[in-house]
Amino acid sequence: MMTRLVILVLFTLVWAAVTGSFTPLNLAFGLVLSGLALFLIRENVQPSRIAIRPFKALALILLFFRELALSAFRVAILVTRPRMNLKPGIFAFPLTVDRDFEITLLANLITLTPGTLSVDVSEDRRVLYVHALDCADPEATIRDIANGFEAKILEAFR
Amino acid sequence: MTLWLAIPLSILIIGGSLFSVLAALGLLRLPDVYTRMHAASKAGTVGSGLLLIAAGLGSQDAAILVRALAGFCFFILTAPVSAHLLARAAHISRVPLDAASVRDDYAREEKGRG
Repeated sequence: MMTRLVILVLFTLVWAAVTGSFTPLNLAFGLVLSGLALFLIRENVQPSRIAIRPFKALALILLFFRELALSAFRVAILVTRPRMNLKPGIFAFPLTVDRDFEITLLANLITLTPGTLSVDVSEDRRVLYVHALDCADPEATIRDIANGFEAKILEAFR
Repeated sequence: MTLWLAIPLSILIIGGSLFSVLAALGLLRLPDVYTRMHAASKAGTVGSGLLLIAAGLGSQDAAILVRALAGFCFFILTAPVSAHLLARAAHISRVPLDAASVRDDYAREEKGRG
Protein backbone atom coordinates (compact mmCIF):
# COMPACT_ATOMS: atom_id res chain seq x y z
CA MET A 1 0.00 0.00 0.00
CA MET A 2 2.80 2.39 0.96
CA THR A 3 4.62 1.67 -2.28
CA ARG A 4 1.52 2.43 -4.37
CA LEU A 5 0.94 5.68 -2.51
CA VAL A 6 4.52 6.80 -3.13
CA ILE A 7 4.21 5.89 -6.82
CA LEU A 8 0.91 7.76 -7.04
CA VAL A 9 2.43 10.94 -5.58
CA LEU A 10 5.49 10.56 -7.81
CA PHE A 11 3.36 10.13 -10.95
CA THR A 12 1.28 13.18 -10.03
CA LEU A 13 4.41 15.30 -9.58
CA VAL A 14 5.80 14.08 -12.91
CA TRP A 15 2.50 14.98 -14.58
CA ALA A 16 2.61 18.47 -13.06
CA ALA A 17 6.22 18.85 -14.20
CA VAL A 18 5.53 17.69 -17.74
CA THR A 19 2.47 19.92 -18.15
CA GLY A 20 4.33 22.75 -16.43
CA SER A 21 1.55 23.80 -14.10
CA PHE A 22 1.22 23.18 -10.36
CA THR A 23 -2.32 24.53 -9.88
CA PRO A 24 -4.60 22.47 -7.57
CA LEU A 25 -6.90 21.63 -10.50
CA ASN A 26 -4.04 20.27 -12.61
CA LEU A 27 -2.65 18.34 -9.63
CA ALA A 28 -6.06 16.75 -9.08
CA PHE A 29 -6.27 15.86 -12.78
CA GLY A 30 -2.75 14.39 -12.55
CA LEU A 31 -3.82 12.34 -9.54
CA VAL A 32 -6.74 10.87 -11.51
CA LEU A 33 -4.47 10.09 -14.48
CA SER A 34 -1.86 8.53 -12.17
CA GLY A 35 -4.53 6.36 -10.60
CA LEU A 36 -5.60 5.17 -14.06
CA ALA A 37 -2.01 4.54 -15.15
CA LEU A 38 -1.29 2.62 -11.96
CA PHE A 39 -4.47 0.59 -12.49
CA LEU A 40 -3.27 -0.36 -16.00
CA ILE A 41 0.12 -1.62 -14.76
CA ARG A 42 -1.20 -3.10 -11.48
CA GLU A 43 0.10 -6.57 -12.40
CA ASN A 44 3.64 -5.27 -12.75
CA VAL A 45 3.85 -3.23 -9.56
CA GLN A 46 4.36 -5.78 -6.85
CA PRO A 47 4.59 -4.17 -3.45
CA SER A 48 8.00 -4.99 -2.04
CA ARG A 49 10.06 -3.77 0.83
CA ILE A 50 12.71 -1.57 -0.69
CA ALA A 51 14.85 0.23 1.84
CA ILE A 52 16.36 3.35 0.29
CA ARG A 53 19.25 5.11 1.93
CA PRO A 54 18.88 8.67 0.58
CA PHE A 55 22.51 9.75 0.87
CA LYS A 56 23.86 6.57 -0.69
CA ALA A 57 21.27 6.91 -3.47
CA LEU A 58 22.42 10.50 -4.02
CA ALA A 59 26.04 9.32 -4.16
CA LEU A 60 24.98 6.78 -6.80
CA ILE A 61 23.30 9.52 -8.87
CA LEU A 62 26.39 11.75 -8.67
CA LEU A 63 28.66 8.84 -9.63
CA PHE A 64 26.35 8.13 -12.55
CA PHE A 65 26.52 11.67 -13.96
CA ARG A 66 30.31 11.71 -13.65
CA GLU A 67 30.57 8.38 -15.47
CA LEU A 68 28.10 9.54 -18.15
CA ALA A 69 30.20 12.63 -18.87
CA LEU A 70 33.40 10.56 -18.94
CA SER A 71 31.85 8.02 -21.27
CA ALA A 72 30.58 10.64 -23.72
CA PHE A 73 34.09 12.13 -23.82
CA ARG A 74 35.59 8.70 -24.39
CA VAL A 75 33.28 7.97 -27.31
CA ALA A 76 33.97 11.48 -28.67
CA ILE A 77 37.73 10.95 -28.56
CA LEU A 78 37.42 7.46 -30.01
CA VAL A 79 35.39 8.45 -33.07
CA THR A 80 37.58 11.44 -33.93
CA ARG A 81 40.76 9.36 -33.93
CA PRO A 82 41.94 8.53 -37.44
CA ARG A 83 42.63 4.88 -36.56
CA MET A 84 40.20 3.33 -34.12
CA ASN A 85 41.93 0.54 -32.26
CA LEU A 86 38.94 -1.54 -31.31
CA LYS A 87 38.91 -4.89 -29.58
CA PRO A 88 35.17 -5.23 -29.06
CA GLY A 89 33.49 -8.27 -27.57
CA ILE A 90 30.71 -9.53 -25.34
CA PHE A 91 31.64 -10.76 -21.88
CA ALA A 92 29.53 -12.34 -19.15
CA PHE A 93 29.16 -10.37 -15.93
CA PRO A 94 28.23 -12.51 -12.89
CA LEU A 95 25.46 -10.68 -11.01
CA THR A 96 25.43 -10.29 -7.25
CA VAL A 97 22.21 -8.24 -7.20
CA ASP A 98 19.17 -10.44 -7.72
CA ARG A 99 16.03 -8.28 -7.61
CA ASP A 100 14.51 -7.18 -10.90
CA PHE A 101 14.71 -3.44 -10.32
CA GLU A 102 18.32 -3.72 -9.20
CA ILE A 103 19.26 -5.65 -12.33
CA THR A 104 17.43 -3.08 -14.49
CA LEU A 105 19.17 -0.23 -12.73
CA LEU A 106 22.58 -1.86 -13.05
CA ALA A 107 22.00 -2.65 -16.75
CA ASN A 108 21.01 0.96 -17.46
CA LEU A 109 24.00 2.32 -15.54
CA ILE A 110 26.35 -0.04 -17.40
CA THR A 111 24.97 1.08 -20.75
CA LEU A 112 25.57 4.74 -20.02
CA THR A 113 29.11 4.32 -18.72
CA PRO A 114 32.43 4.24 -20.59
CA GLY A 115 32.82 1.53 -23.20
CA THR A 116 30.15 -0.89 -21.98
CA LEU A 117 26.64 -1.74 -23.19
CA SER A 118 24.25 -4.27 -21.63
CA VAL A 119 22.96 -6.75 -24.21
CA ASP A 120 20.90 -9.25 -22.25
CA VAL A 121 20.39 -10.98 -18.94
CA SER A 122 20.51 -14.77 -18.73
CA GLU A 123 17.30 -16.66 -18.05
CA ASP A 124 18.28 -17.56 -14.49
CA ARG A 125 19.13 -13.88 -13.81
CA ARG A 126 22.63 -14.71 -12.69
CA VAL A 127 24.60 -13.34 -15.62
CA LEU A 128 24.46 -10.04 -17.47
CA TYR A 129 25.89 -10.04 -21.00
CA VAL A 130 27.81 -6.84 -21.62
CA HIS A 131 29.27 -5.60 -24.89
CA ALA A 132 32.53 -3.70 -24.45
CA LEU A 133 34.41 -1.52 -26.93
CA ASP A 134 37.64 -2.74 -25.37
CA CYS A 135 37.30 -6.36 -24.39
CA ALA A 136 41.04 -7.07 -24.10
CA ASP A 137 40.83 -7.42 -20.31
CA PRO A 138 37.23 -8.25 -19.31
CA GLU A 139 38.29 -9.33 -15.79
CA ALA A 140 39.35 -5.76 -14.98
CA THR A 141 36.06 -4.36 -16.33
CA ILE A 142 34.08 -6.92 -14.31
CA ARG A 143 36.00 -5.90 -11.18
CA ASP A 144 35.33 -2.20 -11.88
CA ILE A 145 31.57 -2.72 -12.25
CA ALA A 146 31.31 -5.04 -9.24
CA ASN A 147 33.26 -2.68 -6.97
CA GLY A 148 31.68 0.46 -8.43
CA PHE A 149 28.03 0.49 -9.48
CA GLU A 150 27.00 -2.87 -8.10
CA ALA A 151 28.51 -2.15 -4.67
CA LYS A 152 26.83 1.28 -4.64
CA ILE A 153 23.45 -0.22 -5.58
CA LEU A 154 23.75 -2.74 -2.77
CA GLU A 155 24.63 0.08 -0.36
CA ALA A 156 21.76 2.29 -1.47
CA PHE A 157 18.92 -0.26 -1.54
CA ARG A 158 19.68 -2.89 1.08
CA MET B 1 19.16 38.28 -21.84
CA THR B 2 22.14 39.14 -19.70
CA LEU B 3 25.68 38.18 -20.54
CA TRP B 4 25.85 35.95 -17.46
CA LEU B 5 23.09 33.80 -18.84
CA ALA B 6 24.20 34.03 -22.46
CA ILE B 7 27.71 32.66 -21.86
CA PRO B 8 26.77 29.41 -20.09
CA LEU B 9 23.89 29.00 -22.54
CA SER B 10 26.23 29.24 -25.52
CA ILE B 11 28.58 26.73 -23.90
CA LEU B 12 25.69 24.31 -23.33
CA ILE B 13 24.39 24.70 -26.89
CA ILE B 14 27.82 24.32 -28.51
CA GLY B 15 28.65 21.37 -26.25
CA GLY B 16 25.32 19.69 -26.99
CA SER B 17 25.68 20.19 -30.74
CA LEU B 18 29.26 18.90 -30.64
CA PHE B 19 28.27 15.69 -28.86
CA SER B 20 25.36 15.19 -31.27
CA VAL B 21 27.68 15.56 -34.27
CA LEU B 22 30.17 13.16 -32.69
CA ALA B 23 27.39 10.63 -32.03
CA ALA B 24 26.45 10.83 -35.72
CA LEU B 25 30.12 10.49 -36.71
CA GLY B 26 30.35 7.45 -34.45
CA LEU B 27 27.35 5.87 -36.19
CA LEU B 28 29.14 6.32 -39.52
CA ARG B 29 32.63 5.24 -38.52
CA LEU B 30 32.22 2.40 -36.02
CA PRO B 31 32.35 -1.05 -37.62
CA ASP B 32 29.26 -2.98 -36.46
CA VAL B 33 25.81 -2.48 -34.95
CA TYR B 34 26.99 -3.21 -31.40
CA THR B 35 29.80 -0.67 -31.34
CA ARG B 36 27.49 1.84 -33.03
CA MET B 37 25.00 1.55 -30.19
CA HIS B 38 27.75 2.83 -27.88
CA ALA B 39 27.98 6.10 -29.81
CA ALA B 40 24.21 6.48 -30.11
CA SER B 41 23.43 5.78 -26.47
CA LYS B 42 26.19 7.78 -24.75
CA ALA B 43 27.18 10.74 -26.89
CA GLY B 44 23.58 11.01 -28.11
CA THR B 45 22.17 11.17 -24.58
CA VAL B 46 24.68 13.78 -23.43
CA GLY B 47 24.21 15.83 -26.61
CA SER B 48 20.43 15.99 -26.45
CA GLY B 49 20.55 16.39 -22.65
CA LEU B 50 22.75 19.49 -22.88
CA LEU B 51 20.53 20.95 -25.62
CA LEU B 52 17.38 20.33 -23.55
CA ILE B 53 18.88 22.02 -20.50
CA ALA B 54 19.97 24.95 -22.66
CA ALA B 55 16.45 25.26 -24.08
CA GLY B 56 14.98 25.19 -20.56
CA LEU B 57 17.38 27.81 -19.19
CA GLY B 58 17.07 29.99 -22.29
CA SER B 59 13.32 30.24 -21.96
CA GLN B 60 13.74 31.85 -18.49
CA ASP B 61 10.45 30.26 -17.55
CA ALA B 62 10.29 27.84 -14.62
CA ALA B 63 7.49 25.78 -16.20
CA ILE B 64 9.50 25.20 -19.38
CA LEU B 65 12.69 24.49 -17.43
CA VAL B 66 10.92 21.82 -15.37
CA ARG B 67 9.56 20.28 -18.56
CA ALA B 68 13.00 20.27 -20.16
CA LEU B 69 14.48 18.58 -17.08
CA ALA B 70 11.68 16.00 -17.13
CA GLY B 71 12.51 15.35 -20.77
CA PHE B 72 16.17 14.89 -19.86
CA CYS B 73 15.21 12.37 -17.14
CA PHE B 74 13.02 10.42 -19.57
CA PHE B 75 15.88 10.39 -22.06
CA ILE B 76 18.27 8.95 -19.47
CA LEU B 77 15.69 6.30 -18.53
CA THR B 78 14.82 5.25 -22.10
CA ALA B 79 18.05 5.61 -24.14
CA PRO B 80 19.83 2.66 -22.48
CA VAL B 81 16.74 0.48 -22.83
CA SER B 82 16.46 1.13 -26.57
CA ALA B 83 20.21 0.56 -27.07
CA HIS B 84 19.97 -2.69 -25.12
CA LEU B 85 16.91 -3.89 -27.09
CA LEU B 86 18.50 -3.06 -30.46
CA ALA B 87 21.72 -4.86 -29.55
CA ARG B 88 19.79 -7.87 -28.22
CA ALA B 89 17.53 -8.03 -31.29
CA ALA B 90 20.57 -7.82 -33.56
CA HIS B 91 22.31 -10.65 -31.76
CA ILE B 92 19.23 -12.88 -31.77
CA SER B 93 18.81 -12.33 -35.54
CA ARG B 94 22.47 -13.40 -35.88
CA VAL B 95 24.01 -10.12 -36.97
CA PRO B 96 27.72 -10.97 -36.66
CA LEU B 97 30.09 -9.00 -34.46
CA ASP B 98 32.85 -7.12 -36.27
CA ALA B 99 35.86 -9.24 -37.31
CA ALA B 100 38.05 -7.40 -34.79
CA SER B 101 35.93 -8.71 -31.92
CA VAL B 102 37.82 -10.85 -29.44
CA ARG B 103 35.09 -12.56 -27.46
CA ASP B 104 31.39 -13.49 -27.46
CA ASP B 105 30.12 -15.08 -24.27
CA TYR B 106 26.53 -14.37 -25.28
CA ALA B 107 26.66 -16.90 -28.16
CA ARG B 108 26.85 -19.72 -25.58
CA GLU B 109 23.72 -18.52 -23.78
CA GLU B 110 21.77 -18.39 -27.03
CA LYS B 111 22.86 -21.91 -27.97
CA GLY B 112 21.68 -23.06 -24.55
CA ARG B 113 18.25 -21.62 -25.25
CA GLY B 114 18.08 -23.59 -28.48
